[in-house]
Amino acid sequence: MLTFTCPYCGVVAEESELTGGGEAHLKRFGPGSSDAEFEAYLFTRKNPKGVHFERWRHAYGCGKWFLAARDTNTLEVFGTYPAQTTEPPADLIAAIKNKRPGWEGWK
Amino acid sequence: MSTRLAKGGRLLDRSKPLNFTFNGTPLRGFQGDTLASALLGSGRTLLGRSFKYHRPRGLVASGVEEPNVLVNLGRNARLEPDQRATTTELFEGAEASSQNHWPSLDFDIGEINDKIGKLFPAGFYYKTFMAPKWAWKHLFEPVIRQAAGLGAAPKEADPDRYEQTYAFCDVLVAGGGVAGLAAALAEAKAGKRVMVMEQTAFWGGRAPVDGGIIDGLAPDEWVRNAIETLEKMENVQLFTRTMVSGLYNHGYVIGYQRVADHTPGDGRPRHRLWRIRAGLVITATGALERPLAFAGNDVPGVMLASAVRDYVVNWAVSPGDRVVIVTNNDDAYRTALAVLDAGLSVPVVIDARDSVTGALPMAVKARGVRVLEGRGIAKVLGRKAVTGVEICAQAGEGGVIETVACDCVAMSGGWSPVVHLFSHVGGKLIWDEAGAMFRPDATRPPIKADGTALARAVGAANGALTLDALCAEAGLAAQVEPEAPLAPVWVMPAGAKEALKFKAFLDYQNDVKVSDVQLAAREGYTSVEHTKRYTTLGMASDQGKLSNINGLAILSDALGQAIPQTGTTTFRPPYTPISFGAVAAEAKGEIFQPLRRTPMHGWHEAKGAHWEPVGLWRRPYCYPRAGESHRDAVNREITNTRTNVGLLDASTLGKIVVKGPDAGRFLDMLYTGMMSTLPVGKCRYGIMCNENGFLMDDGVVVRLSEDSWLCHTTSGGAEHIHAWMEDWLQCEWWDWKVYTANLTEQYAQVAVVGPKARMVLEKLGGMDVSKEALPFMSLAEGTLGGFPARVFRISFSGELSYEIAVPANMGLAFWEALNAAGAEFGAMPYGTEALHVMRAEKGFIMIGDETDGTVIPQDLNLGWAISKKKDDYLGKRAQARVEMARPDRWRLVGLETIDGTVLPDGVYAVAEGHNANGQRNTQGRVTSTYWSPTLKKGIAMGLVVNGPERMGEVLDFPGDGGVVHKVKIVDPCFYDKEGEKANV
Repeated sequence: MLTFTCPYCGVVAEESELTGGGEAHLKRFGPGSSDAEFEAYLFTRKNPKGVHFERWRHAYGCGKWFLAARDTNTLEVFGTYPAQTTEPPADLIAAIKNKRPGWEGWK
Repeated sequence: MSTRLAKGGRLLDRSKPLNFTFNGTPLRGFQGDTLASALLGSGRTLLGRSFKYHRPRGLVASGVEEPNVLVNLGRNARLEPDQRATTTELFEGAEASSQNHWPSLDFDIGEINDKIGKLFPAGFYYKTFMAPKWAWKHLFEPVIRQAAGLGAAPKEADPDRYEQTYAFCDVLVAGGGVAGLAAALAEAKAGKRVMVMEQTAFWGGRAPVDGGIIDGLAPDEWVRNAIETLEKMENVQLFTRTMVSGLYNHGYVIGYQRVADHTPGDGRPRHRLWRIRAGLVITATGALERPLAFAGNDVPGVMLASAVRDYVVNWAVSPGDRVVIVTNNDDAYRTALAVLDAGLSVPVVIDARDSVTGALPMAVKARGVRVLEGRGIAKVLGRKAVTGVEICAQAGEGGVIETVACDCVAMSGGWSPVVHLFSHVGGKLIWDEAGAMFRPDATRPPIKADGTALARAVGAANGALTLDALCAEAGLAAQVEPEAPLAPVWVMPAGAKEALKFKAFLDYQNDVKVSDVQLAAREGYTSVEHTKRYTTLGMASDQGKLSNINGLAILSDALGQAIPQTGTTTFRPPYTPISFGAVAAEAKGEIFQPLRRTPMHGWHEAKGAHWEPVGLWRRPYCYPRAGESHRDAVNREITNTRTNVGLLDASTLGKIVVKGPDAGRFLDMLYTGMMSTLPVGKCRYGIMCNENGFLMDDGVVVRLSEDSWLCHTTSGGAEHIHAWMEDWLQCEWWDWKVYTANLTEQYAQVAVVGPKARMVLEKLGGMDVSKEALPFMSLAEGTLGGFPARVFRISFSGELSYEIAVPANMGLAFWEALNAAGAEFGAMPYGTEALHVMRAEKGFIMIGDETDGTVIPQDLNLGWAISKKKDDYLGKRAQARVEMARPDRWRLVGLETIDGTVLPDGVYAVAEGHNANGQRNTQGRVTSTYWSPTLKKGIAMGLVVNGPERMGEVLDFPGDGGVVHKVKIVDPCFYDKEGEKANV
């Protein structure tokens, strides 16, 4: 059972307090977008063995959505941060690069 | 023949004899016995039958790794099958019986399987039971199920109590032997919060039996001191009878405490499951001795060397008068010494190594015991009990050099560290060539959330198999005889022929032999995981404890590769089985799930409501009167509502307030319709879609004020829709100024429905509820009969209808007031089924009936509820996909059988031709179907290919038993098409 630190309330939350929300930093494509863009938005998800950015909600805690960087293989959590951003914080990216020198980046 | 020795037994309290029975025979043991030691002490060596061949079996081990002696324990509701005799502490009145035999343990018909065993090689299921196809289900499987399996499950509910508890610690030590206690002392002295869990009832592990000196003290004394020190420390918790059953991600650990197995009926919970978050888990789980693979190594009386000395030293039990030792290492000589010390005889030690010069062998030789070098056992003599061994050259094919009479064989193939816990969540192992064992790789441990090590192995579990190695690691001083290296021996003799290998068991519990693993390799099973499943090696409760390494080694040899190349199978929790009772604990019966109750729940219950579960809610389905069937009750409730007035508890309806400067803009994105233009005090039906364009929820939206809206959701949808709103507000439009609040439980809501609804409200008085003051689809706030109320003129039945919300704490009083005021107008409560039928009579859709996650609003003719003026809403882009505009989509229609009967639910309309699977093509399905007491005929709704363009067509809906229902496509609105009833 995973644990994440909720960046809002500071609680180290058990997985059973959380609900997962899939890949983070998706860009929404609405009316007017091409079929390819819309398909990618709806269905095409990254599935890396390694660093992954994902959405979690502290559903049975403060109710807030937050984002996390996690290694899908080792389950190491590099950090969590509030969801109100379009990209991961620079210091988190630096920390991940430090731990995973071969990492290709989040995009 | 085994027996109890007159002296000794370090764990026994001979002043406390205990009575128990085995297969009905009364026997005696002592306080401190396990069921296994008590049985052995009572002269019982034949204790079970094997799983597949029904071979006679006895005890092999003295601990958790025992594969054979699994017994039925207790009786009736307290009967528990497959209880391991070696880990069952004896208690007064224990009732045990052996398993897997008929008619008796001594004479078992199933033993025929052993004689015809050549017919049951590895994978025989897959090879034998292929045809005919029907026979598997009707013949083979029932017969195999009857013949296979171990104990029988009890048929009654478990009367015992189980519980779970949570704990947190810095360091959890798994195992209370010398290594575990030394680690616990070090961590505790460093100020850590420490929990120590030992699976047996005693501290100290193997050291007190195996001997040596620790820090100048005998092991028993050192252990006693360590426990005394730890007990005095406030930051330490000690647990015996508690097994760490599994390690899980990020330091989650399960501890399984057998609180009262040994004191049944004393009122304590039987088992307690500890759910722990540990900062570090120290695995001090010791090592398990490996059997040797020689013919007849499963005959009762052949035991692990360590088990033989455990029985002698711990429980004063002699497993036999003449104990032959067979080994590839020095440690087994300790057994010879223990046996000699107990006054028994060791006719010979058979050592597979060519040269034996270690201190322990020398000590044994010095006591006049013959030690044979480079020898092995060709075959064990005896069937239900050992009568002797045939000795051969280990290097040869099994030619008999001499035969030695004996009644017990103590075997040792070396030791395997218990790496299970370390491996459960990804800790890696390395192959230790010198010890011929896998041991934890400290550089690749399982990790925690922060990437640091979750587990550290110590002592024998870390490969420090000898006391001096263990003490060196723990920083203690040790004095112990040095041990010479072992020689890996995987098959005995090395060149054993097929006939010998066919009786050389690797996995006793699953009857897997050397020949089976070699056969699997020949048949192409190169992966160890595949071989495990094909041969069942290491399955069931063994999970690689006794059989793993020998099997891997033989597979590696057959494949011509090194053991580390073959690798191990995956270690999965639990380490040994844990009870379902502990897993379920208190989560059963009424408290399995919380029940949500409306404020009027008790009233419904008192009136004998028949309940319908809706999510966690219970809603009245109908209120049957004395002698009335549910169907009659539903029909009565509908007719009364349509002619007089009905009352519905609608409190479960989701009620979410959305407020703020951007609330209108937000709702325009959420709903397909336009909500920002809704005037204050007005209601509008709204539907929500997901980004796939599919319908997910519907309900009436009310504008409460300039900046706040009340969104009604379906009863089951409130939490989900509230979470959906928060997701978009927090993660996509976080700069929009909007608050949401789920007020579902803050309000009770009642629907007052029917031609006389207004009269009831007027009788309550306090508000003008006339058509002029409160027209259809509008809101009024005020006081009704003294209750502060929000009154919505909305209708889900087609009748004149008011839905009235009052504060939840006034819900029951308001409901009672309505019932009282309505009495003179014939008011009756109605349930969810009447609600469903009435909405179907009107052709209103129900989320979950007409929708299934693949239906768009356009399919349900709800295009009118989609704003054409908006640039965007959730689902709009998806609804522009080509697929959504196909002319042959399945769309909503009404359905009527030609003969007026009720269509079965869920039936399909067939079309011409067949699909690729030879099934009839389909062109529609029923989504809702009811008897309409109003129209006196069956009515239904369904989705039919291009349905609305095909009014009047008659389709075939095949039902059960060859019946084909002839069904006409009609308008889905069956009742009051003009809507005059509601508009009064």
